Amino acid sequence: MPSEQKLPFEKPLSDLRDKIATLKKLAENNGMDFTEEILRLEEKCKQMEEELYSEMTAAQKMHVARHHQRPTSLDFIQAMFTDFMELHGDRLFADDLAIVGGLAKFNGLPITVVGHQRGKDTRDNIARFFGSPHPEGFRKALRLMQQANKFNRPIITFIDTKGAYPGNTAEERGQSEAIARNLREMAGFGVPIICVVIGEGGSGGALALGVGNRVIMLENAIYSAISPNGAASILWKDASKADVAAEAMKITAKDLLEFEIIEDIVAEPQGGAHRDVTFTAEQLKEKLWLHLQQLLQLTPEELIEDRYQKFRKIGEFRIAEPAEQAAAELQHENAPSVEGGQEPASGIEAESAQV
Amino acid sequence: MQIKDLFSKKKYATIPSGSASAPERPKRDIPEGLMNKCSKCGNIQYSKELDKNLKVCSSCGHHYRLSAWERIGMTLDDGRLHEYDADMVSIDPLEFPGYAGKLKQQYEKNPNLNEAVVTGEGMIGGFPIVVCVMSFDFFSGSMGSVVGEKITRAIETAHAKQLPLLIFSTSGGARMQESILSLMQMAKTSAALSKFQGAGGLFISVFTDPTMGGVSASFASLGDYNLAEPGALVGFAGRIVIEQTIRQKLPDNFQTAEFNMQHGQLDMVVHRKDMKHTLTKLLDMHIVREDLSHAE
Repeated sequence: MPSEQKLPFEKPLSDLRDKIATLKKLAENNGMDFTEEILRLEEKCKQMEEELYSEMTAAQKMHVARHHQRPTSLDFIQAMFTDFMELHGDRLFADDLAIVGGLAKFNGLPITVVGHQRGKDTRDNIARFFGSPHPEGFRKALRLMQQANKFNRPIITFIDTKGAYPGNTAEERGQSEAIARNLREMAGFGVPIICVVIGEGGSGGALALGVGNRVIMLENAIYSAISPNGAASILWKDASKADVAAEAMKITAKDLLEFEIIEDIVAEPQGGAHRDVTFTAEQLKEKLWLHLQQLLQLTPEELIEDRYQKFRKIGEFRIAEPAEQAAAELQHENAPSVEGGQEPASGIEAESAQV
Repeated sequence: MQIKDLFSKKKYATIPSGSASAPERPKRDIPEGLMNKCSKCGNIQYSKELDKNLKVCSSCGHHYRLSAWERIGMTLDDGRLHEYDADMVSIDPLEFPGYAGKLKQQYEKNPNLNEAVVTGEGMIGGFPIVVCVMSFDFFSGSMGSVVGEKITRAIETAHAKQLPLLIFSTSGGARMQESILSLMQMAKTSAALSKFQGAGGLFISVFTDPTMGGVSASFASLGDYNLAEPGALVGFAGRIVIEQTIRQKLPDNFQTAEFNMQHGQLDMVVHRKDMKHTLTKLLDMHIVREDLSHAE
């Protein structure tokens, strides 16, 4: 097994493990008896592990979700489905490797599967743009989903991206349009769609595969409108405050279940999915199958309406009291006309200037 | 004098530059707001003239940003709007640090706005229409729950009343203080458009300066016709983020309306003075066929 990437918050634990290892070695080499000491430390280690992983903070989950060895879309496809046939290209421009997709059988049932794909190593990551798609990636996904709709196959998507790729060529080819079109078209498909956030669900690039009848998340996955790093740099001009932003932004599976954004959470082994991919895939497979069975009972029209209502109800606001209204209107009448001539700036800059 | 002296540099006395040493000019007494300096070309003009010119610089054609009500005044017949959901206001569902205070600031700054979008019903060139007009003044036009809900309701009303839909967009993107709730407004509005447009509804989208991020990547890009004002910044990712990613400087015209048109992302770039006429013409192209068949 390759050496595991250690996360900062796991350091006390790994230090303790190192200590135990040293002690064991010492005992072996010098023939001394540390059995009692080792037992005591191992007990402490176990206790520490439980404490550490039972109440993980949002920031800690974010680090687990970004773990280098965290299973990717292709890992889950291999572990849960059979007969996977990868299909390529958007028929317009290119084959974006940041998104994978194709046909597979799920317990014998033909399905279409699409997902963001991070790389396994640096070279793979460069080829796959670290899992951040260009428009051609979103358009490939759309093509495969349209195909699924035509041939009446359920669609399963895996979400795992920091966001759409921020590049000039992506903008030239219509990054906004590609994402927007996916949102609209996914809303109109008459087949079951289940979306699984397996790692990081960042921004519009994640949502472009996320308009499903059911959206479920792995226990340590995160999902947000902007990456905590991005939010920190805009709000506090300091990207290193990502951990603080992660807490404030309510990005964990538990938070999203409370907001009724997602329908279900899939348990991960202690320490994260990378500790036991097979176990995680089994948990996910079971839940997926359950949700799919429920959705397969619905007609195409019911599926579209079910999906519409799922997203229609999201949003929290209030209706102002009439007294507040009157006050606002009074002010409205006395208000001077709004002055023009503001500094033109890019949206992002302007946003940051305001916050 | 020798010949080489001809080419030698003349010596001048140098005066240190910098504002510190610049002589203070007495400040002239100009009433606040009487004059306006164009942020693009520096041209100074009377504010009244500028208003008469629809807030377009008479010298360089720069389109100033408009508040929602200014645009409604310019676009709708008699400037009249029957407003929907005027009483819908934001709450702080995530209890996000600083959000409540920031909302309060926005209300104080914009006494005539309750949120970053005004929606309602009016007429353009005699055609009844449902309109949504965003305002960059309010919270950078960012889309939170209220913006998403008001736009979705407007789409549903246009659908129910079988009216065309017009949205003037301007936004910095998602309102991150509402995090996932704001992201989901992209899906909500797009799903509503799926129904509306699927049933034959007409949607005209106009990008105004600037339209970025989550608004650009949802309803604003989904018009049956996508228009933009000249020079409007339209894109998904911000210039700075892209420059940091690709480690290159981007051209000045990057993500402008003209740039987007050149790359096939827009149907038309329309000058503000022609906007109402163009919209009227577009609406006129969609007169229901039955009306004409009766005319035989």
